[in-house]
Amino acid sequence: MTKYCLLFSPSLFLILMFQGCESIPKDALRMNEATIEQRRLQTRTFETTDETKILSASASLLQDLGFTLDKSETKVGLIVASKDRSAADAGQITGAVLKGILFGAYAATYDNKQKIRASVVTHPAYEGKYRIAVRVTFQRIVWNNRDQITKLERLNDSELYVGFFDKLSKAVFLEAHDI
Amino acid sequence: MSKRTGIIGAMFVVICSIGLSGCNNPNEAVLGSGEQVKLRSIQSRRFETNNKNKTLRTAMATLQDLGFVIDEADEVLGTVSATKLNSYAMRMTVTVRPYGENQLVVRASAQYNLKSVEDPEPYQHFFDAFSKAMFLTAQQIE
Repeated sequence: MTKYCLLFSPSLFLILMFQGCESIPKDALRMNEATIEQRRLQTRTFETTDETKILSASASLLQDLGFTLDKSETKVGLIVASKDRSAADAGQITGAVLKGILFGAYAATYDNKQKIRASVVTHPAYEGKYRIAVRVTFQRIVWNNRDQITKLERLNDSELYVGFFDKLSKAVFLEAHDI
Repeated sequence: MSKRTGIIGAMFVVICSIGLSGCNNPNEAVLGSGEQVKLRSIQSRRFETNNKNKTLRTAMATLQDLGFVIDEADEVLGTVSATKLNSYAMRMTVTVRPYGENQLVVRASAQYNLKSVEDPEPYQHFFDAFSKAMFLTAQQIE
């Protein structure tokens, strides 16, 4: 018993010390095969040299989409925006209710709210003609009904980016024609 | 319970208290516990350019390539901050400042969840990607 205690105490101590101290993933700051594909998906170029016009159209579009502008720095082509929305899903709530009935109220958790962040970055590019490249990236944090974080993720769905740039093209057109 | 087991138990509680109290020391949390000069060297590189705007824009593009969403940037201060969410939360700040007349020093500092990143390898990966984007060679700071 004493021997067991002697072995057990330092092990438990080490576990306690290092709990939550997991190290950074090896590839966290490394380019990979997906990098180029992501960049392609998240970027469009516009035939103009007027970066301010593109930033202004992006800001209007983000407002149209219900985002609040948090930060901007036009000298380096940046707009940061966010919105808070419900993350409740009928299927997940039904599942939570069933879990609650079977295992008690504490088991009844479901996604409740989310913060979606968007960041638009523009930069001048030359591809035979002078253009402005726009890259948008989205991420979200989801909390459950107990205010615990359940998801920390990038939003990678290609349809999201296609949809955003379709709307941005229209917004740039409208801006160009002062509508 | 034998007297010996009791003593071991008490020692365990004391060791745990000492160990865990270090994790919650606010002075250490603010001032850090690492070797600052060594850390600065791990986190910094020199580049043969004086174009601050282009360097900042390249830092932003590199961070986006690495899956970060840019949080804020300031051209005058030469700073960019960004967050990566990928089941974990990683925050990174990149600063750009002049070094002599024709060089810039770029410094990147990161935190992974609740911990400062002090391992040289992730910073080397960042500067590898950044140097490629800059078309310039990163030089170690002496």
